[in-house]
Amino acid sequence: MREYTERIREAAKRLLSEQRVDTVIGFRRGTVPFMNEPFLVKSVDQVDQLYWDSNCGINLANYLPKRTDRVAVVAKGCDSRNIVVHLLENQIKRDQLYILGAPCRGMVDKRRMMADLKGKEPLHAEENGKEIKVSGRGFQVTFDRQTYLQSNCAICTHRNPVVYDELLGDPVEEQQGVDRYPDVRRIEAMSVDERWRYFQELIAPCIRCYACRNACPLCYCPTCFVDESRPQWVGKTIDPTDTLTFHFLRAYHVAGRCTDCGSCERACPVGIEVRKFTKKLEKEVKELYGYEAGVTPDQRPPLDTFKPGDPEPFIK
Amino acid sequence: MSDIYISRGKFPEIIGQLMARYRVYAPVLKGEYHEFAKIEKTEEADLGYQNTRLSPKGLFHPHAERMFEYSLVKDDPQAGILKEAPKDFSPRVVLGIRPCDAKAFQLDDVNFDTTAYQDPWWVRRRQTTTLIGLACNEPCGTCFCTSLGTGPFDTAGLDVLLVDTGEGYTAQVLTQKGKDVVGITSGWESVSRTVSEKMEGLRKSAEDSLGRQFDFDPIKQKDMLELFNASFWDEVQFACINCGTCTFLCPTCWCFDIQDEVWGDKGDRIRLWDSCMFPLFTFHGSGHNPRSQKLQRVRQRFMHKLKYYPDKYHNGAACVGCGRCVKFCPVNIDIREVVRRMSATCVCPA
Ligand code: SF4
Ligand code: SF4
Ligand code: SF4
Ligand code: SF4
Repeated sequence: MREYTERIREAAKRLLSEQRVDTVIGFRRGTVPFMNEPFLVKSVDQVDQLYWDSNCGINLANYLPKRTDRVAVVAKGCDSRNIVVHLLENQIKRDQLYILGAPCRGMVDKRRMMADLKGKEPLHAEENGKEIKVSGRGFQVTFDRQTYLQSNCAICTHRNPVVYDELLGDPVEEQQGVDRYPDVRRIEAMSVDERWRYFQELIAPCIRCYACRNACPLCYCPTCFVDESRPQWVGKTIDPTDTLTFHFLRAYHVAGRCTDCGSCERACPVGIEVRKFTKKLEKEVKELYGYEAGVTPDQRPPLDTFKPGDPEPFIK
Repeated sequence: MSDIYISRGKFPEIIGQLMARYRVYAPVLKGEYHEFAKIEKTEEADLGYQNTRLSPKGLFHPHAERMFEYSLVKDDPQAGILKEAPKDFSPRVVLGIRPCDAKAFQLDDVNFDTTAYQDPWWVRRRQTTTLIGLACNEPCGTCFCTSLGTGPFDTAGLDVLLVDTGEGYTAQVLTQKGKDVVGITSGWESVSRTVSEKMEGLRKSAEDSLGRQFDFDPIKQKDMLELFNASFWDEVQFACINCGTCTFLCPTCWCFDIQDEVWGDKGDRIRLWDSCMFPLFTFHGSGHNPRSQKLQRVRQRFMHKLKYYPDKYHNGAACVGCGRCVKFCPVNIDIREVVRRMSATCVCPA
């Protein structure tokens, strides 16, 4: 994935100097292993800070709403789908955007590499094609990129950007025959009590920091329901009732909009698999309406349209 | 009191002796990370840990604390009267706390324990808790304590400092509280010359591995408004998603909110962690928000830690360099980079 770095810099330089755009949103190299920082380039002399590797899992579409300038943005498959959602929801205008599409082979999961390091601290990580070389005090290991993909990337079926102005590389082969929902089916098969316990345990470590919500491009409401104070809807403690209310409602708010980009899960400081909530709703929307979020720029999402023939088995 | 020593094999007995007299809190492995929790068995304490993900500030300033409770029953003569919610202030030992985290409590004291105001719960917990620290032999790559006036073997905030010397632990007793706690334990020996030399070596290599990662002093000299109005904040703030991760994990972030929660005819007044990163934090009743922009909030976090606090208390920065915010910020905003920018001699326009 590192080869995109040069392509991104070249495009950014060209677009800025030709005054096609005012700014470029990409990543710059992180200060710690497995991390890169979303970065806004405003002038040509900053272009060489742009960087790309398999640690660009944060969704850059999150930085677009309310922008008033002409902006170029690097977009993986999922990011481009979230751009489509933004366009459908009037969060940004297409003619303001210059999309640098990044056909994507998946981002890597920092947490799983950390878990396999078993307490050893990585101090340097360098990606080289299919391998990631990690070293620290007195050790060196090589991780196979493919084995350590983020769990959403491992089941991704839209690696190629769905909208773009130029591509940073040749389209990649889409993964075929992927089963996206084994985990959701496992939860569906649980008894009501089991499932309740499962969710309680899932969110037990949550510290209500809202990194999951804030890393998500879909969460752009001026005031989120959890922050509403006049009147206050949700308690702010870490009591399981309050915390679960937050998670359930957040998931419902992204139903039919979530692209499973994994930004939420990646951002969570305590490693909660918050996609367990959103994937269930993704599956429902797919089964009921045959709809995948952000894939078709010219079709209104099913949850903001009404058709007389809409299935309604959930109304009982 | 001179340093004492105990072999690794006998150390659990010490923990057992402490547990017989005190509530003992120690780093416990929960999932993939350690956190400070009350131990019921000696083997739960895992002193081989690197650093806890959440700082131990919650032991003194809990995430959500029931301060008062009250009744709302109509003809109850006590209705509406706040009564202190029951709390446990029995003597407590925090075992294995890192020197930086202990130092952070001292930095927080200036907020909770002043001549004008004492936060009763913070103060009582501080009084009834003895801090038995554990020196960091192998600081993390994200640590920078030595650049902000503390260090991996700093004794400033501790009652006792333990050093893991391989075959056992040395203990340096630092305060009367420390003396009292060590006094109820037995099995210690005197420190041999080899062990004491080893300890010195460990200290040196730990401190050397940290080095001095930036120069904080220029920030103290600089004009506050020059820093406030600096152009680099625009670049610093871009990636930030304004979550609460950095402030919630930080041992020196003390801000809180107070809320009432009512259930039927009973109510609780609760104190909750709050964060300057949240827009609601400064949202006025009038509807005005003096920090409505992300840039203002990001700047506040760094200016508070690195400029306002040092200027007001002459106590160094409100950061002990534990590195938690560096490690866990989802978008890699690194306070070390921010310090470098703030202390750079020329704040050039971008
Ligand atoms: S909910 Fe999570 S996976 Fe879905 S779009 Fe938002 S950040 Fe991406
Ligand atoms: S990011 Fe994680 S800890 Fe923070 S609110 Fe979301 S689930 Fe909870
Ligand atoms: S600096 Fe990082 S951890 Fe802190 S609020 Fe911003 S994104 Fe969250
Ligand atoms: S600001 Fe960051 S490094 Fe400093 S004490 Fe807080 S969490 Fe630790």
